[in-house]
Amino acid sequence: MASFRNWLRGTGMAAAAAATLLTGAHDAQAQTTIKVGILHSLSGTMAISETTLKDVMLMLIEEQNKKGGVLGKKLEAVVVDPASNWPLFAEKARQLITVDKVAAVFGCWTSVSRKSVLPVFEELNSILFYPVQYEGEESSKNVFYTGAAPNQQAIPAVDYLAKEEKVQRWVLAGTDYVYPRTTNKILEAYLKSRGVKDEDIMINYTPFGHSDWQNIVASIKKFGTAGKKTAVVSTINGDANVPFYKELGNQGVKATDIPVVAFSVGEEELAGIDTKPLLGHLAAWNYFQSVKSADNTAFIAKWKAFTKNQKRVTNDPMEAHVIGFAMWIKAIEKAGTTDPKAVIDAMIGISVPNLTGGYSAMMPNHHITKPVLIGEVKADGQFNVVWQTKGTVVANEWSPYLEGSKDLIADWRSPMSCGNFNVKTGKCGGAK
Amino acid sequence: MPLLRRLFILALIAASLAQPAMAQDDPFAGLAGDSFDDIRHGIETLATSGAPQAAAVIAALQEGNLYAGPDAALFIKTDDGWLDARSGKPATEVAEDALNPVKMNNGVRRAAEAAMGSLELYSPDAATRRHAAEAVLKSRDPAALEGLTRALAKESDAGVRRIMEQARASALLATPATPEAERLAAVATLRARGDLDARAMLASLTAQPPAVAEAAATAVIAIDRMLQLWGLAQGVFYGLSLGSVLLLAAAGLAITFGVMGVINMAHGEMVMLGAYTTFVVQDVIKSHAPYLFEASLFIAVPLAFLVAGAVGIAVERCMLRFLYGRPLETLLATWGLSLAMQQTVRSIFGASNREVSTPQWMSGATQWGGITITYNRLVIIVFAAMVVAALMAALRYTALGLRMRAVTQNRRMAAAMGIRTPWVDALTFGLGSGVAGMAGVALSQIDNVSPNLGQGYIIDSFMVVVFGGVGNLWGTVVSALTLGTVNKFLEPLAGAVLGKITVLVLLILFIQRKPRGMFPIKGRAVES
Repeated sequence: MASFRNWLRGTGMAAAAAATLLTGAHDAQAQTTIKVGILHSLSGTMAISETTLKDVMLMLIEEQNKKGGVLGKKLEAVVVDPASNWPLFAEKARQLITVDKVAAVFGCWTSVSRKSVLPVFEELNSILFYPVQYEGEESSKNVFYTGAAPNQQAIPAVDYLAKEEKVQRWVLAGTDYVYPRTTNKILEAYLKSRGVKDEDIMINYTPFGHSDWQNIVASIKKFGTAGKKTAVVSTINGDANVPFYKELGNQGVKATDIPVVAFSVGEEELAGIDTKPLLGHLAAWNYFQSVKSADNTAFIAKWKAFTKNQKRVTNDPMEAHVIGFAMWIKAIEKAGTTDPKAVIDAMIGISVPNLTGGYSAMMPNHHITKPVLIGEVKADGQFNVVWQTKGTVVANEWSPYLEGSKDLIADWRSPMSCGNFNVKTGKCGGAK
Repeated sequence: MPLLRRLFILALIAASLAQPAMAQDDPFAGLAGDSFDDIRHGIETLATSGAPQAAAVIAALQEGNLYAGPDAALFIKTDDGWLDARSGKPATEVAEDALNPVKMNNGVRRAAEAAMGSLELYSPDAATRRHAAEAVLKSRDPAALEGLTRALAKESDAGVRRIMEQARASALLATPATPEAERLAAVATLRARGDLDARAMLASLTAQPPAVAEAAATAVIAIDRMLQLWGLAQGVFYGLSLGSVLLLAAAGLAITFGVMGVINMAHGEMVMLGAYTTFVVQDVIKSHAPYLFEASLFIAVPLAFLVAGAVGIAVERCMLRFLYGRPLETLLATWGLSLAMQQTVRSIFGASNREVSTPQWMSGATQWGGITITYNRLVIIVFAAMVVAALMAALRYTALGLRMRAVTQNRRMAAAMGIRTPWVDALTFGLGSGVAGMAGVALSQIDNVSPNLGQGYIIDSFMVVVFGGVGNLWGTVVSALTLGTVNKFLEPLAGAVLGKITVLVLLILFIQRKPRGMFPIKGRAVES
């Protein structure tokens, strides 16, 4: 009964996918569809970002079903709403795995929600695809990280500023929670390893939704007058970014004077805000909507058709789901089954095209290879790619710049099969 | 045959001669380059080439209207069609598909700004010349020296002249051939400027003679000392600004909670309604009457007052009047109401933030001595003062205000005098809500317009009202400004997060000592 109700809810939310699912459910019993869990907040503070990812998953599943599904079976989406409530994520994940018996789950956005569901996936030995750029320092057997680790986003961005803009003084500004704090810790260690002095680094944290940036912008301005080129590395998250950029604009801090490079500001965040004060500020991602490639053009067209809205934009975490989903389908075909145990083993080494014209591969550390792109904000809210890596970058899940993690590696291939193997002591630190 | 061959050879020679000659003579060619470096050099070449179209082309580049095509063709996009960049004449038969906008990055932008600076030094308009001199000052380009000297000789405006001299000083310091005496004079000129730009310039000097380096170091210290003093004044402005925001948010609550005693948890949502009213007004103006845009806020303020006020009256009539004298139920009911209102707005306008634009006259900042005053904050301070003054006048001098005071002081006596107390209650609540709505218009300019907007202000509003003393509008004013200033002076010391916590702790300690706030109302009405 519960699964029927969820099935109903899933189809209700996927108005567009309903027809396909209906026929899929009619000509078959429960066993003949493969269920896919979608664990994204559809209400609460994170709904703004996560609802889009739910829609992308529904589109991908519908598309796969049109191609005939996988292993001769249709896919069926099971959508639940964890409501931006971190403990509820764990409950909903358990429900998806034990009650709905999904073959894999695509979901989570904030690091705290991922940390909350992690024990559930490990206990029940299921699969989670996590699509958002994050702070690293983690590798689980049951999670596939399709977003960027710090060395696939933050560190190349800092390198770009140091090389192209000759930046020597750094402001690390972030929202006060786990992702910015860990990322800034890594960046601070990295900058110091490159000879940046203590007095040339300023670190500032603000609460979620901070709106009065007068003081902080003024102190950034002052920090920038020491005679060295200064830049801001922003891990400010959510809508606090809007008043931040507005204040920068009002106080006359231009991107040509003090550029701001952001790791959490993408096309979706820029949609619906006035981008005039942001012109020339930077963002580092692994995908931009403005990238010109055949796959990307096709994807954008499909997305606009699926959402029936010509103004909808695409962004980096969406691409991560596209890659993760394609990898999962390939792994099922390779393993010949949807059994998580077999699929987890089959995932490593799978390579699929990404939307920027290259290929991304799943590495033994359960992270994928990605190109790194730096874009400047344009007047239309899109990004103008000003720099990108030659090839793709392999993720450092354990940062080599932090004391606690520099000796750790993750390799989920047997016989090692360990998420935090210490190369100095030759021992696995647990997490089998 | 020989003739043909000779012709062919001639043609080859001509071509090989013409090719490099064309590239060298054409100052525009670099702009059509592929790499950012090419484009940057292209701008510098063009700016110094003396080509009559140079300023127009670089301006078009800055606006993003310069397009490059095959064979280094350059076109400027205008509303009326394409212009050929080299001649400035309208271009016909432009193959638009083959054109791409000339690429920009921050390096290109900087080069363009510096180039425009040196080109516009001779502009007939003083404001343009001032802007140009500032751009040259920032670029510290030794190549601009000659142009500056010539421009200085012609300059008549004293203000512009001063900036040009400062720009010349910065260029002189960057020129290797400058003699020491001139360098020292340049340092003195920059020291007299005394702002952040000058400090940055002096601090970044390298490879100077020891005497100059020393003078620069002393100048930096002197500027720092001045800036520190100005920093105090700047802190007061920030405090005033945050205080005025708090005051706006709390003014409505000072009526509904302070005067009427209703614990209104939906107060923040009234603020949110005001912000959404602003959004709707701007939306309608954008689609129907774009020329009114600069006045959109003036239209939004009374509308927001009416919308939030009407909702307030409806809430009072349909819900609150059944709950008077039951504070716990009122708290729960209004809290539920706030959730319901948020969800309603979310269903109508969507979960994502809506864009409310800032009119031109509220953007930017002015420099007042060493203080930066941003226009949007300044406008909000003035607006807050006006709202409070109007509110006080309404309570003091209008018939409604008189009745309101009568009802809150002694309800039964007022009723006996023939005042319809239920209607006065409804109108009072409507007034408080309407003021909250007006606050929403102001907040839409500095915060995100989202369904959660009100939640961020409800705690602060109660804090202000309780700290100031319930029922005392002057108390609310003093309390808002105090909290704002304390917060802004703590922030640089303790950080934004810790600063906020410190303020809360101080407030709790204060309330322990004086439970009725700074300015408690005394008298029998309160005791009973």
